[in-house]
Amino acid sequence: MSATGPTSETVGALPELGSVYWRPLASQRSLARADRLWTLSTAAHTLPFIAAAGLLVALKPVTLPVALVALAHAWIIPELYAARGANVVRPRPRTGHDAERRALGLLGDLVGHQARELHAKTGLVLERGRLGVWLLGEAGALLVRPGSRRVHCYCVKVSEPGLPSGDRIAHLLLALRADEAGFATVANLAFSGACWRLRRRLQGAQREGLKAAARAAAPR
Amino acid sequence: MSRLIRMDQTGHTTLAEWSAEDPVAVQAAESALRAELELGYFAVVTQGEGNAEQVRELPVDAPLVILRRPIAGG
Repeated sequence: MSATGPTSETVGALPELGSVYWRPLASQRSLARADRLWTLSTAAHTLPFIAAAGLLVALKPVTLPVALVALAHAWIIPELYAARGANVVRPRPRTGHDAERRALGLLGDLVGHQARELHAKTGLVLERGRLGVWLLGEAGALLVRPGSRRVHCYCVKVSEPGLPSGDRIAHLLLALRADEAGFATVANLAFSGACWRLRRRLQGAQREGLKAAARAAAPR
Repeated sequence: MSRLIRMDQTGHTTLAEWSAEDPVAVQAAESALRAELELGYFAVVTQGEGNAEQVRELPVDAPLVILRRPIAGG
């Protein structure tokens, strides 16, 4: 993590960093720290329910139904966070057919053959970066961390209404390519957790995208 | 022929086309770029797969300059 906040004055930095000047610039270290904080937060949300369930059953076995409710809470809370993460790449309503076609043409010119194929299947564009492997949607991005065990879900979008889907993704792709650390700093982290937990909350085709990104981020 | 395009509601719009040997076309493209930057667009030049660069001046030799809107956390 950098000692100072981000600045758009840095050569090549995203100009949008100026609007989040108080955030430290994202790095491998800051993302690993976010991972640990999310794990701690999940534990803090779930362990008390699990402990309470165990204690109830140990003290009074008749309270088993209440213990089961507590266990259900311990299960549901992380699932709700994962659902929030999955929402960032949920497809948005489409605009006019011609505009979508033109935007897809431009997006197709920006990415390689494999990324084009994956986008056609899943609606997500795969992009390799230094922080991990990215999957870009219309209003958010997933970052599969090196090793493929963890994923970060970011809420980030272009704030222009009426843009076709392909252009929305192209906006994120160009910003990501121009300054990956700046992109991860500007974006809002909606969820960080295990890939398996997120996978179950994604729409069918998008799971294919996550699988491809996990494959790309796996250790060789 | 190099192009300056703006991503917008129509998919994208070509604002200027130029070649490095045509100073009049280059000047028109520079004016178009400046006008869009003043409107709050950012100009990006793609540099092959995986790389892009933000620019404030028209890179005359670049084949494609793309204008995008700012992004923000949702």
